[in-house]
Amino acid sequence: MIQIFTFYLFAVLVIASGAFTILARNPVHSVLWLILAFFNAAGLMVLAGAEFIAMLLVIVYVGAVAVLFLFVVMMLDIDFAELRAGFAKNLPLGVLLALVFLAELVFGIGAYKAGGLALSDTAINAPRQDASNIQAVGELLYTKYIFLFESAGIILLVAMVGAIVLTNRKRSGVRPQIVSRQVARRPEDATYNTQPAIGQGVEL
Amino acid sequence: MIGIEHYLVISSILFVMGVLGIFLNRKNVIIILMAIELILLAVNINLVAFSAFLGDMVGQVFAMFVLTVAAGEAAIGLAILVIYFRGRGTIAVDDINRMKG
Repeated sequence: MIQIFTFYLFAVLVIASGAFTILARNPVHSVLWLILAFFNAAGLMVLAGAEFIAMLLVIVYVGAVAVLFLFVVMMLDIDFAELRAGFAKNLPLGVLLALVFLAELVFGIGAYKAGGLALSDTAINAPRQDASNIQAVGELLYTKYIFLFESAGIILLVAMVGAIVLTNRKRSGVRPQIVSRQVARRPEDATYNTQPAIGQGVEL
Repeated sequence: MIGIEHYLVISSILFVMGVLGIFLNRKNVIIILMAIELILLAVNINLVAFSAFLGDMVGQVFAMFVLTVAAGEAAIGLAILVIYFRGRGTIAVDDINRMKG
């Protein structure tokens, strides 16, 4: 009973926060609604028994991606009211297309519920009954899908290097600290003794 | 009783919402990127639901890869957005036509 209640709670909240994400006037509010949507989707996944993916969702999406979005939204000085100008104009076509999509998906789900096409009914990678979710995922990830796992790491590396290369820039007119020059500087290079005549002063 | 259909309905509503977000906020690249994240979230819910329903762990492994690609896509997309804003002072999608030829 509590499962059903929790499921509907998460379901309603994830859909509502998804709607507010695309409808909010302020992009900062959009990001916050997106975070709520991710949390509730993680709850749905926990209910389905996939704890690992749920925790990954919270850590990666809420902890990294959403914060990145927040940074960018707050960093850029943009007139968001101007960007919303076409909202009303795009509304009818957008809603029409969304309804067409949704109808297609509902048809697909109905067909699936009616039996679907039996392509294969054997689960190839059934989880062991005695293993926890994270152990079952790890056993697949580090054996059968090790190359996919490593290419996922390479994708992240490429994304990181790409983001740094794209946003890094050489700025002229700044005076950065050059540690090697500071260390190499000796007293005899920087100072000298003079003996000026009386009343003459020193030329600097 | 909660079945696979419940999960599929939720993920399809979320997916359609992402598509609708791209259509409604056609000028704002940030919201478009967020809508893409919503779409990928819907895909992940679908994968996890089928994984639990069929008793096959591969769905969850693939959901992790989708997550990876989504994170990389967000990082690169926002980096492009930042340098675009630095050069042009706006992020309106309509103005992105310099490479039109």
